[in-house]
Amino acid sequence: MTRLAATLHLRRGDFRLSVELACPPGITCVMGPSGSGKSTILAAIAGLSAPERGRVTLGDEVWLDRARGIDVPVHARRLAYVFQGLALFPHMSALANVEYGMHDLPRETRATRAAALLERLGVGHLARRRPRTFSGGEAQRVALARALARSPRLILLDEPFSALDRDLRAQLTTLVRELVAELGVPLVHVTHSVAEARLLADQVVRIERGAVVARGTAGEVLANITSLDE
Amino acid sequence: MTWLPLWLSFKIASLATLLAVIVGTGLALLLAWRRLPARDFFDAVVSAPLVLPPTVLGYYILVAVGNTSAIGRTWEAVFGTQIVFSFNGAVIAAAVGSLPLVVRAVRLALEAIDPNLIAAARTLGARPPRVLVTVVLPLAAPGIVAGGMMGFARALGDYGATLMVAGAKIDGVPTASIFVMDQLLGGHDREVFAMSAATTVFGVAMLFFANRLTRRFHLHR
Repeated sequence: MTRLAATLHLRRGDFRLSVELACPPGITCVMGPSGSGKSTILAAIAGLSAPERGRVTLGDEVWLDRARGIDVPVHARRLAYVFQGLALFPHMSALANVEYGMHDLPRETRATRAAALLERLGVGHLARRRPRTFSGGEAQRVALARALARSPRLILLDEPFSALDRDLRAQLTTLVRELVAELGVPLVHVTHSVAEARLLADQVVRIERGAVVARGTAGEVLANITSLDE
Repeated sequence: MTWLPLWLSFKIASLATLLAVIVGTGLALLLAWRRLPARDFFDAVVSAPLVLPPTVLGYYILVAVGNTSAIGRTWEAVFGTQIVFSFNGAVIAAAVGSLPLVVRAVRLALEAIDPNLIAAARTLGARPPRVLVTVVLPLAAPGIVAGGMMGFARALGDYGATLMVAGAKIDGVPTASIFVMDQLLGGHDREVFAMSAATTVFGVAMLFFANRLTRRFHLHR
């Protein structure tokens, strides 16, 4: 069973982050108010920011171990990362965006797989179009397809559904649930939304001012909570 | 009246632009890297041709690529010709003058790229050279082209540095700007006006298209 374990300690100006996470396959929602360090955690797990001290492992693979001088570069960590702003490449079509992560495969296989993924996510008709013509929901689906195209061993979602309306959000959360169940990998989902966490999470981790203040099931951690910015 | 000076300036400016775009894009990438030590100092050095008197700039180029310099001697050993007082010298003089314009335009374009796009490419398995070729350079392309156009316009009108490095004539033909000065001193007003007008049309057209490209680039972000 592939399990993510991360111990991260970093300092950026006045902000300090010091957390320990253990994420089994399934969905872990990391929640907390704005500025509590949720996105920083994802960036550190992905290798996009460097903690001063820490260790990140995925199953038997050690991605980061400051004490032993191990720091696997981002491109070699086989993960999927969906950014808050989605970060779709504006100069590429949807198909080229999805193919981007499969450059080690033959061209034809890439195109076939990318097209199949777009179809699966309900945006096959966008294959030849560029991101600036997509609606919010379409862009989210293309971003998810791109992230999943690498057959990731870990999925990181940084509030990708925050700009969507409730119906669209519910559709996509259901889709994410199905995909994670199929892949059998850990997914760390940063969100503000208590409703989204209740719907999705196998585990909820609450962060405040760079530290874990609660962890457990959604029922345990989010009982009597309606908003985290209160 | 002969149009050979304009044709010569056109050839010099084209090659100088190519050189300035290649070197300038490299320098802009370096200067856009936030962790570069003494970044402000290097920025000032690269921008210096904008504020130095052309003769001073020409003198530095002479020192750098003259017959007694390491570059000049190596060039002569390999190609059997000298850089200074030749077509090559004029290209280098014009390229150095254009370099800061190219660097500034490319750097602005690079700094306008959303850092998450670069991060996304890395999480999708791209090593730095692939990120550069598939994401950074295509997104900065309008800035590179706009910088090249401004550089071309600048190179087309170079006078002082070219005169210092390449002399008054290359194979008996002066550049357009040197031709204008020669004709002015000789009292040939019609030639002065015609060459000035032609150079102005080219320069303004280049800047017009560079502005349009830059605006399109900002609209698409």
